[in-house]
Amino acid sequence: MSRYGVLAEFATPERLVEAARKAREAGYRHIEAYSPFPIEGLAEATGMRRNWVAPIVLAGGFVGCIGGYFMQWYSAVISYPINSGGKPPHSWPIFIPVTFELTVLIAALAAFVGMLFLNGLPRLTHPVFNVREFDLASRNRFFLCVRADDAHVFLRSLEPIGTWDVPA
Amino acid sequence: MSEIDSRLQGWGYASVSDKIADIVLRRPTHWIWGAGFLVTAAGVAALFGAMVYLFVKGVGIWGIDIPVAWGFAIANFVWWIGIGHAGTFISAILLLLRQKWRTSINRFAEAMTLFAAGIAGLFPILHLGRPWFFYWLVPYPNVMELWPQWRSALVWDIFAISTYLIVSLLFWYLGVVPDLATLRDRATSRAKQIAYGLFALGWRGDARHWARFETAYLLLAGLATPLVVSVHSVVSLDFAISITPGYHSTIFPPYFVAGALFSGFAMVLTLAIPMRHFFRLEDFITVRHLELAAKVLLACGWIVAYGYFMETFVAFYSGDPFEIAMVKDRFFGVYGPAYWTVLFCNVALPQILWWRPARRSVWTLFALSLFVQLGMWLERVMIVVQSMHQDFLPSSWGLFIPTRWDWIILGGSIALFFFLFLSFLRFVPAISISEMRRLVHEEKTA
Repeated sequence: MSRYGVLAEFATPERLVEAARKAREAGYRHIEAYSPFPIEGLAEATGMRRNWVAPIVLAGGFVGCIGGYFMQWYSAVISYPINSGGKPPHSWPIFIPVTFELTVLIAALAAFVGMLFLNGLPRLTHPVFNVREFDLASRNRFFLCVRADDAHVFLRSLEPIGTWDVPA
Repeated sequence: MSEIDSRLQGWGYASVSDKIADIVLRRPTHWIWGAGFLVTAAGVAALFGAMVYLFVKGVGIWGIDIPVAWGFAIANFVWWIGIGHAGTFISAILLLLRQKWRTSINRFAEAMTLFAAGIAGLFPILHLGRPWFFYWLVPYPNVMELWPQWRSALVWDIFAISTYLIVSLLFWYLGVVPDLATLRDRATSRAKQIAYGLFALGWRGDARHWARFETAYLLLAGLATPLVVSVHSVVSLDFAISITPGYHSTIFPPYFVAGALFSGFAMVLTLAIPMRHFFRLEDFITVRHLELAAKVLLACGWIVAYGYFMETFVAFYSGDPFEIAMVKDRFFGVYGPAYWTVLFCNVALPQILWWRPARRSVWTLFALSLFVQLGMWLERVMIVVQSMHQDFLPSSWGLFIPTRWDWIILGGSIALFFFLFLSFLRFVPAISISEMRRLVHEEKTA
């Protein structure tokens, strides 16, 4: 493939969602949509099926919770038991604050890092950035990129503001 | 149609983006901003000078001694971490409650949280006799084969504060990334394009990215919500699990959290009112926003008042002579004027907010917010200092009198806060652009 795909520009989010849906109906499998703010249903329209962020956060929470409690138990019971105020070495209620904090901390880190990892970010260069008009994708315009060589005619039929080749 | 919606009419995706982005990219520096920057920079220099002197001479340069071993440093810590609560409250809890009005104030309130919590984190370290060993509180493999003492509230503290700082930073930065992409695409100079481009992480607004972004943002909000409540609760446990009269009280966690939101919302008003005025943001931060913040302030003020009442009531109800003596000393002792000032600033004065014209008068709110800051700071000093200066044995009674170094470090921390905030206004969009665009979209389709 000589080019990355074909980019079409739209003025409203509704037109973009409609265009994405039509492109999938026309049989294009690899389509990407770009918008300056999140749009309900757009990701599904481009064929996204599963969002793995939530399971990753849950796993992070479990790691933080069990790991945090285990660390305190291991240090207070096995590695370094000291008698403090006559409390038993495994004084579980007093281990709760740190367990809670570590649960939140690891889950939050998992949310941030997991989101970036699944999105393939940071990625400072991308073919769509080579189209000058794409600067408006972070301002007021809505773009559809179809990963096919022959998409020009199809995209023009959707009456966009314009279409451009995206060089690979 | 609400007041917030009506003021947004006439704004489109492009105009909203350009207006907020250009505060950072194009708008020339106002002389008041420049003057504020210079004054606060001088204050920051004084703070760093005082810190160097503190590290050389030790904590003896402060007014602390036995019995009052915790002075301004701990009071300032509690005060600043409290101010740092409103940002996450606005961003996380109001997001989950789908309060649309939070959109235009969450970004700068989160920045306020970050700066306040960071400054707060500085104080316990300054307060340590040997600050270079602060990392001993963290569990790490060490040749001494020592572990932190998990039964100590101070160890919970470092976990609570550092978790809060990190999660607030992640939450804030995640929200900023799409706006940094806007700045990258709009900047005309190469240096700005590169700088904003690096921090934007190559964000391009892909629909799948937005979907994962939204999930991550929502989950971070859900995680931050119990965290907000936990941070000041843990801070209050530093006091409550000790046996000192005036500290040893079960009301402390909710009372501290309410006080934190109270001072935090006051700081939101202190910052928002000049900001919307100087940067002409009246269409985005409307009088309605200020009015809603004032209502939260009033509600938190009443929970704080309930805390004051219960502390006094329980002291007498317990019949414990030391608790009763502490309360009498709080009312009529040498620190009595501080207590009555606290009641005036935090309980009496905010009652003007029942009156609608006061809630909608910008300068009344600004003046009131400064009184609340003063009242809350005095409250923290009162709890820390007055409770300790007369405990069980009359032979060990004493006084705390702040020295000039106490005042310089307090003033310096305030200067550092405003210095960071002024810098923030010039480098990062103070209002979330992508969320404002979405609000404009909802406005158009509604």
